[in-house]
Amino acid sequence: MRDFQFHRPSTVADALRILRQASQGKLLGGGQSFLPVLKLDMAEPSDLISVSGIPELRGIRSDGQQVTIGAATSHAEVARSAEVRAKIAGLARLADGIGDPQVRNRGTIGGSLAHADPAADYPAAILGLSATVKTDRRSIAADSFFTGLFETALEPDEIITSVSFTVPQRSAYAKFASHASRYAVVGVMVAQYAGGVRVGITGAGPSAFRWKQAEDALSIRFSADAITAGMTYPSDDLTSTPEASAEYRAHLIPVMTRRAVQAALAG
Amino acid sequence: MSTTQTPGQSTPSIGASIPRREDRRFITGAGRYTDDIVLPNQAYAYILRSPHAHALIRSISTDAALAAPGVVAVFTGHDVAADKVGGIPCGWLVKSKDGSNMVEPPHPMLVADRVRHVGDQVAVIIADSKAEARAAAQLVEVDYDVLPAVATLGDAITDGAATVWDQAKGNVCFDWDLGDKAAVKAAMKSAYKVIEIEVRNNRVIPNAIEPRAAIGHYDVSGDNYTLYTTSQNPHLIRLLLGAFVLGIPEHRLRVVAPDVGGGFGSKIYHYAEEAIVVWASKKIGRPVKWTAERSESFMSDAHGRDTVMKAHLAVDKEGKFLGLCVHNVANMGAYLSTFAPAIPTYLSATLMAGCYSTPAIYVEVKAVFTNTVPVDAYRGAGRPESAYLLERLVDKAARELGMDRLEIRRKNFIRKDQFPYKTPVALEYDTGDYESTLEMALQKVDYQGFSARREASKKRGKLRGIGFSTYVEACGIAPSALVGQLGARAGLYEAATVRVHPTGSVSVFTGTHSHGQGHETTFAQLVADQLGVPYDKVEIVHGDTDKIPFGMGTYGSRSLSVGGSAIVKAVDKIVAKGKKIAAHLLEASEADIEWKQGEFLVVGTNRKKSIGEIAFAAYVPHNYPIETVEPGLEESAFYDPKNFTYPAGCHVCEVEIDPDTGVVQVVEMVAADDVGVIINPMIVDGQMHGGLVQGIGQALYEEAQYDESGQLLTGSFLNYGMPRASDFPFFKVGNHVTACTHNPIGAKGVGEVGAIGCPPAVVNAVLDALAPLGVTDISMPVTPEKVWRAIESAKATH
Repeated sequence: MRDFQFHRPSTVADALRILRQASQGKLLGGGQSFLPVLKLDMAEPSDLISVSGIPELRGIRSDGQQVTIGAATSHAEVARSAEVRAKIAGLARLADGIGDPQVRNRGTIGGSLAHADPAADYPAAILGLSATVKTDRRSIAADSFFTGLFETALEPDEIITSVSFTVPQRSAYAKFASHASRYAVVGVMVAQYAGGVRVGITGAGPSAFRWKQAEDALSIRFSADAITAGMTYPSDDLTSTPEASAEYRAHLIPVMTRRAVQAALAG
Repeated sequence: MSTTQTPGQSTPSIGASIPRREDRRFITGAGRYTDDIVLPNQAYAYILRSPHAHALIRSISTDAALAAPGVVAVFTGHDVAADKVGGIPCGWLVKSKDGSNMVEPPHPMLVADRVRHVGDQVAVIIADSKAEARAAAQLVEVDYDVLPAVATLGDAITDGAATVWDQAKGNVCFDWDLGDKAAVKAAMKSAYKVIEIEVRNNRVIPNAIEPRAAIGHYDVSGDNYTLYTTSQNPHLIRLLLGAFVLGIPEHRLRVVAPDVGGGFGSKIYHYAEEAIVVWASKKIGRPVKWTAERSESFMSDAHGRDTVMKAHLAVDKEGKFLGLCVHNVANMGAYLSTFAPAIPTYLSATLMAGCYSTPAIYVEVKAVFTNTVPVDAYRGAGRPESAYLLERLVDKAARELGMDRLEIRRKNFIRKDQFPYKTPVALEYDTGDYESTLEMALQKVDYQGFSARREASKKRGKLRGIGFSTYVEACGIAPSALVGQLGARAGLYEAATVRVHPTGSVSVFTGTHSHGQGHETTFAQLVADQLGVPYDKVEIVHGDTDKIPFGMGTYGSRSLSVGGSAIVKAVDKIVAKGKKIAAHLLEASEADIEWKQGEFLVVGTNRKKSIGEIAFAAYVPHNYPIETVEPGLEESAFYDPKNFTYPAGCHVCEVEIDPDTGVVQVVEMVAADDVGVIINPMIVDGQMHGGLVQGIGQALYEEAQYDESGQLLTGSFLNYGMPRASDFPFFKVGNHVTACTHNPIGAKGVGEVGAIGCPPAVVNAVLDALAPLGVTDISMPVTPEKVWRAIESAKATH
């Protein structure tokens, strides 16, 4: 691990200024993904800029239609939040199943989304819950946020400030976790809205995606058996690892989608 | 056997679940491990390792690294060769069927010309800090010429495979056999049916919680060396490092293994890093410390298992076993680790009788080299492989004969009245009672209630299965003369010194070394009981070759049965000497002195002396039989067992399978074992729990996987599935004791039985659960995807 300058700015503006001045600057949330990368010498930043101490990035607000979570809010805070639990139970449960207690106490929603790990849980949530990612300069709809493996629509000097989720009628997250890492092999967020159902899927492919066929079927009838035996997801673009092949992930997608629907119906 | 006693209370303390005296320091972080030791002026070593499985080293340039901040020295294989340092030796010579010696390739501590696995040591960078050494390592330029690799056991024996060692044709290290081939052939001919099976024992990575570490310290003033290391056997390391690698006589080399945080076998072996730090310390004139990072542990600790076995079992109409033929291919990895050749041969093939009276057995073992981390003993070491094969095979035989799985076992058990029992594969079991442990296990699991539990699971959409394993294993490998004939290059006795101090407290020096087993407690209980002194007055000293007698260390579940027996022999000598002193003090004849619970009595009188009084007299010999008895009260003993010990038992597992995802959940795990006489039942239960966790870990989660180029795909906890507490139900364990007949304690050993007995019980349970779907085979680890595929392919064919 090379030496680097560590910064802990207290405003987004300061963070941006330091980032732009640095030769190899890197924003740091809770560090739960980046610190291992750093320790393995897979990244050598000149400057590490921690954003978790910036007050404007913290906290959870809601206005009835939207629940807005500051980018530097920890997974544990989301899991514990009475507001999130009351309005988007599936999101609170998702946050409560990320990693282990240490990860949940340090890791942040903004950090997780910016990192865009294909097996992280939050990507399924922003797709399924029709979220908007707010940054220092614009709003990005969830559907156009992920652009590839570990890639997002963010500019190199752009900071996520908050994420706004649209409150559904009901929602649930069903995760098939890797036994080794507890990351999602397949994670499915199902959310029912007046205008239709959204299904966000993480873990299965190089980046999170929505399963339109399931959304259509569930929009007609919100029931686990609406995902019929004949409804399969093609394995062509899915991920294969020694732990889980693309075919197995394809098999798990409808299985976990049904379980998410059952959980949503069970409340 | 389950009385409880508080420390400080007097004898007897055998059979008491005394809390471990080690636990306070371990739990509060006050343990002293190798990495905790900081020597004045110590430098730090970082080992540059090969990123390739197989490559020629064209050149190494160390100039830039040498110029980096804080760097003290950089050494490569060329420096090692220039110093004429020996290679890392192998401790066991196995001969092939044709009488030729195994291929024993050189194992230099730093490789100069050709790397043979990912993680092979290429250079050592020594700096003032660990961070500087690590940073400078990135500046060492190694020009590799990558060669085709032999990544797996299957690849090694494929025609046209690459060659790991030019001298090992077809990558074969040795081709060995045991047993009566002709008798087995005849059995196959006369059989009503021959049952066939092929099983793979998955490769596992030990993952002790404490990574390996070593500090070498050459002291110029005394021209002597000290090595602090994470070892299960410091004397063995001193012997191998001193005599074979660096040529240092014993009296100039001290090896200290302080607290050791787990090993499971992986800390038995002499590793290159131990030799590197000692050698480098002399070269730079400073102590040199190396501590493995976790990712280094994955690619440099010896791995375990990795065998493929094919077997044929001849049976008659009634299900009696007539003959067994086994063909085993065992992966040695790239180099021969300390005991590697002995594992598939003398520790596995010899167990192929299991607990059955199969009259004819023949076993062939072909050991092969691959471009992978060396493979050696891992909790169970050879016996789990045999138990897994046999118990899968016996289940399959029952299925093919339409017999009950328990009935076929009972029919073939060696009966209680057949002991001592000589197997067709070289062992003589001294004692056992396999029916009783089976019965105990059935009661503990409530076998009667299983069908109701299966129905209840079905209602919840789950497939429930029950699996059995009745196993026997061999511990305390011995005697030395026999193992010497079989190729061992060391003795396998154990040593102890018992020092009774003037005021009656006792120090016990043992050649075994705890790496989590609780010896400080168990041995103190044993000595307190034998000498009749309070438990708190007995201390156990181990792990330092300057303090302890030459002993062989801790592995193969040998510490109590072999090490404990040496302690008992030393205590016997103390008592014998004490009798002479007591006779003098009590003015009686020695023949009239009786030893009873810490006191020497004159028979038929109330005159007596306590062991404390005798000790005081021995050290202050004013009134003393000085003409015939030397002062002092300290005795040493070496104990060389007459035979192995043979723990055995029955493990029963119940699983629930989610047919939609393939996830297997262990819902019941029962172990009923005969581990011989028990000193501390709580410690025995703890050993069982740990062994079961590792056994289930191997059965369901753990596997070291290499890709075709020899890259380790499971090189971190992100992708190597370690078992976790949340994976398990509460275990139900119990013991049925038959005492070992040939050691003074009657102990057999418990450290490995969990990992030996349980994997086949788990897999048999999985197959039982899947049987209604037509699934008849599945391999370890039984991952969700494998279960899903097995169900899918059964659907396609039924």
